[in-house]
Amino acid sequence: MDLFLKIIAAAAMGMMVFYAWRAYQHWQEQGPKARKGDWQAVLLPLTLVVGLVVLLIAMVR
Amino acid sequence: MPNTDYTIAHGSARAVATNKVLKNTYMLLSATLVFSALMAGLSIMLAVPSWVYLVSVIGAMVLGIFVLPRTANASTGIGMIFLITGLLGFGLGAILTTYLALPKGPQIIGTAFAGTGLIFLGLSGYALTSKRDFSFMGGFLFAGIMVVFIVGIANLFLALPALSLAISGAIILLMSGFILFDTSRIINGGETNYIMATYGLYLSIFNIFISLLQILGIMGDE
Repeated sequence: MDLFLKIIAAAAMGMMVFYAWRAYQHWQEQGPKARKGDWQAVLLPLTLVVGLVVLLIAMVR
Repeated sequence: MPNTDYTIAHGSARAVATNKVLKNTYMLLSATLVFSALMAGLSIMLAVPSWVYLVSVIGAMVLGIFVLPRTANASTGIGMIFLITGLLGFGLGAILTTYLALPKGPQIIGTAFAGTGLIFLGLSGYALTSKRDFSFMGGFLFAGIMVVFIVGIANLFLALPALSLAISGAIILLMSGFILFDTSRIINGGETNYIMATYGLYLSIFNIFISLLQILGIMGDE
């Protein structure tokens, strides 16, 4: 990739960091907090996603 | 008794409104995905160079951050979401052209497509049936996005394949989290605008597909 394109991409990604920072602050201050069992309910599907990705990798190798 | 009746009526009205947002979101999401696929096909036919992807993504990013939130409550929001997803689809075509030229390219694209569909359907089904509120993940997900972008900026100049692989893996996990987060916000009344809900889900699907392409490309020795 040309240096010029890399700099443009870096600037756009920097803008996204700023946007994500504002969203992060909003959710940290006003978002609900996790209750008991909430994170376990997230980890189960995410583990299945990891398993699926591993399976897909095995299929293309 | 009148209070109970009111509560039931109020709860029922909320459920109807939520179902309407959900139905409109999935209809608009389907339409934007089909439109994106058509634009990607056009881009493949025109054999556009790979830098078009970057220009399209930056253009879509700017429109998504600065224009879409201002138009999402008006009819122009529909046109704007099609413009953004069309741009992303056109850019995606440039990447697909590169993959199609590889020996295992069509297989990688097909596998990434099937994988993205399975992840989206599985996670949406899980969020819809469990009816849990996943909005507690908001701070974590946006912190993760910030880290991924900062590492991504570094890797633009370092160009380390292992780091690209790690970034793609992290994006798949974060976007999977966003599918749970966005879907639960729709069903719990946190998101009432179906255009913004569509935009969130579309971005998750798009990013999972691109990241899967990259992972399968690297791991498939392409």
